Amino acid sequence: MFRNRSGEFSWVDFTIDVLRVLIVLAVVVGAWNTLSSGRISLAQWVNLLAAGLAQGSIYALIALGYTLVYGILLMINFAHGEVFMAGAFSAFFLAEALNRTGFLNEQPLLAILLLIMFAGLVSMTVAVLVERIAYRPLRGSPRLVPLITAIGASFFLQYAFRGLYGSNFKAYPQLQALQGALQIGEFNIPITQIFVFSSALVLMLGLHWLVERTRIGKAMRAVSENKEVARLMGIDIDWVILFTFGVGGFLAGAAGVINGLFRPQGVNFYMGFIPGIKAFTAAVLGGIGNIPGAMLGGLFLGVIEAIGPNLVLAGLGIPGANQLKDVIAFTMLVLVLIFRPQGILGERLSETKA
Amino acid sequence: MALLEVNDIHTYYGNIHALKGVSFEVDSGEIIALIGSNGAGKTTTLRTISGLMAPRDGNIVYDGRDISATRADLLVVRGISMVPEGRGVFAKLTVEENLDMGAYIRADGDVAEDLASAYAMFPRLQERRKQLAGTLSGGEQQMLAIARALMSKPRLLLLDEPSMGLAPVLVDVVFAAIQRIASEGVTILLVEQNAHMALQIANRGYVLQSGEVALSDTAANLQRNEVVQKTYLGID
Ligand SMILES: Nc1ncnc2c1ncn2[C@@H]1O[C@H](COP(=O)(O)OP(=O)(O)O)[C@@H](O)[C@H]1O
Ligand SMILES: [Mg+2]
Repeated sequence: MFRNRSGEFSWVDFTIDVLRVLIVLAVVVGAWNTLSSGRISLAQWVNLLAAGLAQGSIYALIALGYTLVYGILLMINFAHGEVFMAGAFSAFFLAEALNRTGFLNEQPLLAILLLIMFAGLVSMTVAVLVERIAYRPLRGSPRLVPLITAIGASFFLQYAFRGLYGSNFKAYPQLQALQGALQIGEFNIPITQIFVFSSALVLMLGLHWLVERTRIGKAMRAVSENKEVARLMGIDIDWVILFTFGVGGFLAGAAGVINGLFRPQGVNFYMGFIPGIKAFTAAVLGGIGNIPGAMLGGLFLGVIEAIGPNLVLAGLGIPGANQLKDVIAFTMLVLVLIFRPQGILGERLSETKA
Repeated sequence: MALLEVNDIHTYYGNIHALKGVSFEVDSGEIIALIGSNGAGKTTTLRTISGLMAPRDGNIVYDGRDISATRADLLVVRGISMVPEGRGVFAKLTVEENLDMGAYIRADGDVAEDLASAYAMFPRLQERRKQLAGTLSGGEQQMLAIARALMSKPRLLLLDEPSMGLAPVLVDVVFAAIQRIASEGVTILLVEQNAHMALQIANRGYVLQSGEVALSDTAANLQRNEVVQKTYLGID
């Protein structure tokens, strides 16, 4: 402690260690205060947990896009939040149309499937175009360069949607089938949350199958491990990279629809920004480049966001704790980067990879 | 007509002129050894043939067609397969997944059959087929790299120092496998620092020195050549 590897005293290490102790103290004291006050009942905790898992599975779906691309190109696709937005936004119009014809509530399952497919395909197309136009021509240039084009692509997408549809929020129509709550024992879980969690689970199982079992999935893993040798197998690297962007895009679009049906405030051109950064946080939390890590990181972040303010911040006497959700998320990002940059499941990046 | 003709190729790493006009040819059915000391340009030659690098000058003709500017992944489809220096197995894929990747280009349904013959050639791989390739020993990884390269059913197999870092027993296993592959009709271009072993199984050989072909002859003559004996076979 307080010493760097060569054994000398180091102020940086000292500060980090003090910080570590303070954080643990704050968490313990806050949690103790809250729990001993009995202010929040068990049923309420369970509700917070369920809400956290639902929100977290949306983060997880988006986080997978970051992690897939990072795994294969060692690059952060900062336009990914806008890929999510594009799918969610486009599917809003389809949802409206389906609602007008009455199909949405007559065939809810089919309608949801249709919406997910549509949003997934839109986001996939956007992701693929961004790769093709903004990233591929710059492959092999210094790492900062694609970062700049990513920001450019983000702004382009945001302002394209703003220009086309204005900046107002547009709320998804409500699905009657998703109203109400399910009684499980003594707990009441809203059906939307169950819907969000289970549809995300299905998508993640699908991804797992794709990556582990199919020929293209194996090729994705091979390319992410060694591009040159992958080429010697006859694998067209550019195609696999494009495919990876497409898969990440599809998941983001699907997440967009699920999010739209889950959160009442609706879609607007800027809606991708915060979920994008949070999903990026989740990906880093789980270990960027690691697929199960992104899933876990997303769920973890969702739960921390839901429970953390009530458990720790409220216990420390901080007012309006629930307004501080976002603070928790970004504090997590900073803490992970300081204490465990490789994330929960990630391996330490070697010099060659980093 | 030769299966592979390398005509006066010049290959660069940035400004470094690694191959300074290399020419040789490989006939169908031959085992050709390419020997030379460290830094002579052996790996660069194989990388240029396999399409990982492009020659700045000169050309490479394979099966009657100029392939100098053809991408590596397309050359695999044309029948050129390479075992890279240092093996290059996918450490995070299982042994069997590595072999599947070797067969990536194939649409025919006989892959299972070839998997079986790969396992027949290297029974160790079958025992470890569900294991991650990164957990294999160096010798097992070399066997896997060779078996994987065969899964694409190549006509021309490029091998870059298959004996590197292997214990003598395993060197024998690997060279026996190479001879068997050749006897099944695959043409082989073998790069080795272990000139002794390479010249024993080769028909002909080329000696590479500072990016140029210094000598070329039948393997038997090269083994008797005084310079070769001194420089590459360690015989005084
Ligand atoms: N990645 C590289 N960058 C720059 N120079 C290289 C690189 N790889 C090889 N070289 C140079 O090219 C020459 C030939 O290298 P190489 O083909 O690897 O030789 P060999 O395989 O016979 O040991 C050497 O002088 C080496 O220094
Ligand atoms: Mg070499």
